[in-house]
Amino acid sequence: MNIRRTLTIAALGVLAIGCAPPQASNNGQQQSGATTGELRVWLFQEAANTAKESVVAEAKAEFEAKHKGVTVSVEYLPVDGRATRFNGAFNDKASAPDIAEFGNTDLAGYTASNGFADLTKDIDAWPDSKDLVPEVLDTATVDGKAYGIPWFTGTRALYYRTDVFTELGLRPPKSLKELTETARQIRTARPDLYGIAVGGKYQFALLPYIWANGGDVAKQDGDTWKSTIDSKAARDGLRQYAELLRDDICPPAQCAQLTGSQSVAAFAGGKAAMTIGGDFNRAAVEAGAVKGKYGVVPLPGKDSGTIAPAFAGGNLLGVFRSSQRHTLSLEFIKLLGGKSYQEKLYGAMGNMPTFADVQDKIANDDEFLAPFIKTVQAGTKFVPATPAWTKIDAAAVLPTAVQQVATGQLDVDAATSAAAAEMNEAFSG
Amino acid sequence: MTSKRGDGRAALLYLVPAGVVLLALMAYPIYQLVVISLFDYGQPQASGAAPLVFLGFDNYVDLLSDPQFWDVLGTTVVFAGVCVVGSLVVGTALAVLASRARAAPRLLLFLAALGAWATPTMAGSYVWLFLFDQDFGLVNETLASLGFGGMRGHSWTFERFSAFGLVAGEIVWCSFPFVMVTMYAGIKAIPGEVLEAAALDGASARRTATEVILPILRPLLMIATIQSIIWDFKVFTQIYVMTNGGGVAGQNLVLNVFAYQKAFAGEQYGFGAAIGVVMTVLLLMITGLYVRAQRGVR
Repeated sequence: MNIRRTLTIAALGVLAIGCAPPQASNNGQQQSGATTGELRVWLFQEAANTAKESVVAEAKAEFEAKHKGVTVSVEYLPVDGRATRFNGAFNDKASAPDIAEFGNTDLAGYTASNGFADLTKDIDAWPDSKDLVPEVLDTATVDGKAYGIPWFTGTRALYYRTDVFTELGLRPPKSLKELTETARQIRTARPDLYGIAVGGKYQFALLPYIWANGGDVAKQDGDTWKSTIDSKAARDGLRQYAELLRDDICPPAQCAQLTGSQSVAAFAGGKAAMTIGGDFNRAAVEAGAVKGKYGVVPLPGKDSGTIAPAFAGGNLLGVFRSSQRHTLSLEFIKLLGGKSYQEKLYGAMGNMPTFADVQDKIANDDEFLAPFIKTVQAGTKFVPATPAWTKIDAAAVLPTAVQQVATGQLDVDAATSAAAAEMNEAFSG
Repeated sequence: MTSKRGDGRAALLYLVPAGVVLLALMAYPIYQLVVISLFDYGQPQASGAAPLVFLGFDNYVDLLSDPQFWDVLGTTVVFAGVCVVGSLVVGTALAVLASRARAAPRLLLFLAALGAWATPTMAGSYVWLFLFDQDFGLVNETLASLGFGGMRGHSWTFERFSAFGLVAGEIVWCSFPFVMVTMYAGIKAIPGEVLEAAALDGASARRTATEVILPILRPLLMIATIQSIIWDFKVFTQIYVMTNGGGVAGQNLVLNVFAYQKAFAGEQYGFGAAIGVVMTVLLLMITGLYVRAQRGVR
């Protein structure tokens, strides 16, 4: 009996060690592939998607007319559930599309999974690519290889209520410190408003605070990264940001859980005197109660008159490595991500183009974009370009630190030390 | 002897279909879960971009040495305990009420309970969130109009215990009907003669309840308790939906949500699988108790 049991356990042990978990094979060579058939495209679902759909439909019609025997089928994915869809596509080629739109912060993770095709040579050979803004093209690049065409960029700036500011005799803040004071002043005078709507889960509002104070979240050290969120400068930034999540500005009971889009929604709904929002939030704000009663200025920096470095957000169009129609896919993203359709997309959605000449062309006759372009020109920054960032982002390490400070569970030093430890663990793999 | 052996063969034959289903749907996934938990298995490994590294029990060591895991495990046990006691007390009390009520009110009670039971977890969670919404919720509105002006704009999900309390309320609401129906059936099954005999012997109502009714109901109560433990220990949807994935700074994490955050949001499938294995072992132990309790019933 005992021998039998030992044998069974031993057999199970061998079985467990002998067998390995399933792995997809995703290391095949890129092929130019078929020139007809169905081209499957994944794009993100936007809050107001019809505008995007009409631009994409136009590109689809133009492409299908030019390429006989090709149908382009587009699926719109919700941004929130993207991770499962993309991971599923990397693990199972049969369910993978040929082309996808994706956020530049996700790029490092996707390339670590060999998900997207290396387009460096193709982009180099594309004459229009010399007009791409270099910093923007950098966000499509990992280890010197480009994996996508930048489709549009997203920059955030400070939205404020012109009517409230006039009523209270205020002017837009010139420094982050002044911003805090102004926000407090507003809530004292108008307790029905948040001084500024920002949230514990609004990472892209937190980052400029850290950068403006001279800090950063992590530093590259050879092949590895090391967290610097526990440096003095970064702590100052986080402290200054968390100070906004107080009862006299944006009460933690309401604001500790707010995300970026929820913060903008609060502003658009007339519940806040300021918020940090992107050029891409214009439609949402215009559709809200504050239409015609708001202005935008660059988010100020630490010293009066400076501009806080903004996060260089944006989406790319890439070709799946598993695609059977590589050349055709490339042709399509050159069309949809090209100058003419970027301009059309800007017209429909207000998305900022990635070509310098197209940017110049539209900046001249759109006053709204001026503060965003000013922000970009003052210099932008990016999150650590490493797959570990996906983990850190998913584990909400920085938002957790902000929430811990905002709710008084931990002080800034303890919260950032814990965050740094967690980040370093992720960086070390 | 031979007939006994024949019986055994027949029994085996009858068990084959269930066995096949169990093997395919239970044994194989659990086997894969165990195998994955022994590897460094993340998204790059799954899609074949990085080589597999056999870790042995490293994932388990990491898990068991993670203070957050013990914290979350402790929270889960206490939270499940509160939910179990809550559903048992509410369910049993209403079962007693139903056994004494007249037909019309009893019907209404059962309809209300079955309605709660039949509501999909997701829908139930959102309905509760809407009821307790800080700005537009019926609860704050009512409290404010009753003179509790301070409740206007009160957030029920911000404080740790308030958020847990709200979720526990929803869980009790959707799981008491099972207890109620079970206990009601048990109460109805008590033979009238037994109660009559107790009454003839001059037993007080209290004595009848504790020394006659309760012992008869004990096996049923046991089953209801263990089933509730298993359900409430595994709670995911309510916490995930109502506290937005684990609450402010992760203060409302329970084990299942923690495993999800690690495995799928953090793309550490190997580590997540280790949490899954640990949970399975814990639940198997509780299930062992359940099987024993059922034997007692027979």
